[in-house]
This record gives sequence, structure tokens and C-alpha cells, in this order.
Amino acid sequence: MDLVQLQRQLVDYRTSLYHEGFLDEQFTQLQSLQDENNPDFVVEVVSLFFEDSERLLNELSKALEQQVIDFKRMDAQVHQLKGSSSSIGAHRVQKLCIVFRNYCEAQNVEGCLKCLQQVKHEYGIIKTKLESMFQLEQQILNAGGSIPV
Amino acid sequence: MVMAASETKFHVLAVDDTLIDRKLIEKLLKTSSYQVTAVDSGTKALEFLGLNNNDHHDVEVNLIITDYCMPGMTGYDLLRKIKESSSFKDIPVVTMSSDNIPSRINRCLEDGAEEFFLKPVQLSDVNKLRPHLMKRRTQTNVNKRKAMDEIVSPDRTRARYNELEVK
Repeated sequence: MDLVQLQRQLVDYRTSLYHEGFLDEQFTQLQSLQDENNPDFVVEVVSLFFEDSERLLNELSKALEQQVIDFKRMDAQVHQLKGSSSSIGAHRVQKLCIVFRNYCEAQNVEGCLKCLQQVKHEYGIIKTKLESMFQLEQQILNAGGSIPV
Repeated sequence: MVMAASETKFHVLAVDDTLIDRKLIEKLLKTSSYQVTAVDSGTKALEFLGLNNNDHHDVEVNLIITDYCMPGMTGYDLLRKIKESSSFKDIPVVTMSSDNIPSRINRCLEDGAEEFFLKPVQLSDVNKLRPHLMKRRTQTNVNKRKAMDEIVSPDRTRARYNELEVK
């Protein structure tokens, strides 16, 4: 695939992520903060999001396996996940976290379990999509091109 | 004597327990040409300011921006400690939170916070900081000038102004 095609593919891919509600304008904000002084800013922040999310999702899974469920602690963890997803513009994950917190507050185990599954699912999707997007960007850079805004 | 406005960058102390948000706020502030120190707790913020010891501190902080929800000392606790301190009560404090809770917002504003930002913080929010910083700097300069005028006698002051080249 030539450079122009790659660039077009990236723009289309990115646009679809917004249209399908995977990303919101916060992601655009992140991109606008990236500059020559910090050329990897977006990748760095998103990597932190991946690390944070995986840790929190693990902890939430464990919490729901306990005999006595610590809803307060779970709520704090979902709050963290909501915060970090909101900070990078991972829109669907963020929205699910709001629902999840409601179930925590209501101490509804079934609701929490269902939500956790949904969050894991959505997280998996956005992770794959962002990684694909970064790969496309890298291909463009390797071909000597620049990333279209 | 004319007091020139300081050319040094404003120094902002950012407090947030989340690494992602610390990274974000630091970038937003640096993009707006502020010097930034980012710490992950209220306790560390107070240590940085020198509040916990009685030694003279060299650090000058022009504004503190803090997350509200933090383990241990919340952003609200930090706000109160700053405003109750004789050395630091005049430093403007801004609080931020990912939760939109009106009672929380009002409490912070009533107890001395200049602004309350909802996360994720945007560049447009950071732009709101400058007036608070400029006001303090102008006030500080006015105070310094008044203090100087009191030291120097009126006759000498008049002579000085006559010698000045006002640009």
C-alpha cells in the first residue's frame, strides 16, 4: 500500500472510531497536545491507560470472587477506571463505568458481574483498535510520511 | 523607581494521585508556558511548600491545582490547610474532580478555591488560570512599590521620578 493510501486509511479509521462512539473529543485534545517536544505523548498516555485498566479489571474480578464483597473498594476502583478512560477519551468504557458505579452503590452483585463483563469486552475492543491505529501511524512514519491531522 | 513585571515563568504545583492525570495536567500547563512541579499527594504538596517544617523555603509557588479525590488527604483538606496557613494562604488554589457534584464544587469555592475544573481538564480551563496569577503578581508589585515609597522620603522620591525616563 502506498503512502497516500495509508494516510487515507488512517483518517478513515480514526473517523470511524469517533462515529461509532469508541472515542470522544478528549482523544482529539490529547493529539493536539502532542508536539515535537513530546512526539510520543499520545502513545505514552494511552499505554498508561492500558496498564491501569488491566490492573483495575484484574482487581475487580478478584473482588467479585470474594465471599464478602467490598463494594466500597470496588466503587473506588471503578471510579479510577472511569477517570482514566475519560482522560483519554475512551468513551464507551467511561459510560459503562458510570453504570458499574451505580451497581456498586446499590451493592448489586449480579449487576456488578454483568457490568464487569461488559467493561472487559469494551476495553478489549478499544485496546485492539488503538493498537491498530498506532500501527498504521508507525507504517506511515516508516514510509517517510507524516501523520495527517 | 519603576518596577518591571517579572519575566520569570509562573510556577504551578499540580497535585493528583493518578499518573495519567498528572501527566496530562503537566502537559497542559507546560503547553501554556508554566513551570510545573507535579506531586502525587497532598502531603507531598505540603512538604514541597515547606509547610511541614519551619525551615526557610526557597521554592516559590504561584498557584496550586489539585485533584479532589485522593487517598489520605483530599484536595479539599489540602485547600483548607493552605488557606489556614499564614505563609501560603494567598496562593491561589484550583480544585478539580471527575465527579460533577454541586455541593462539593460549592464547598471548595466557598472555602477559598478560585476555580473548580471538571475533569478531563481542557486547555480552555488552563487559560482561566492566568488572570488569577496576573492579579497576584500585580498586587505583589503594588505592595512592593508602596513599601518602597514608605521607606524613601517624599522629597527624594520626587527627585527620582524627575530623573526617570518613562518609556
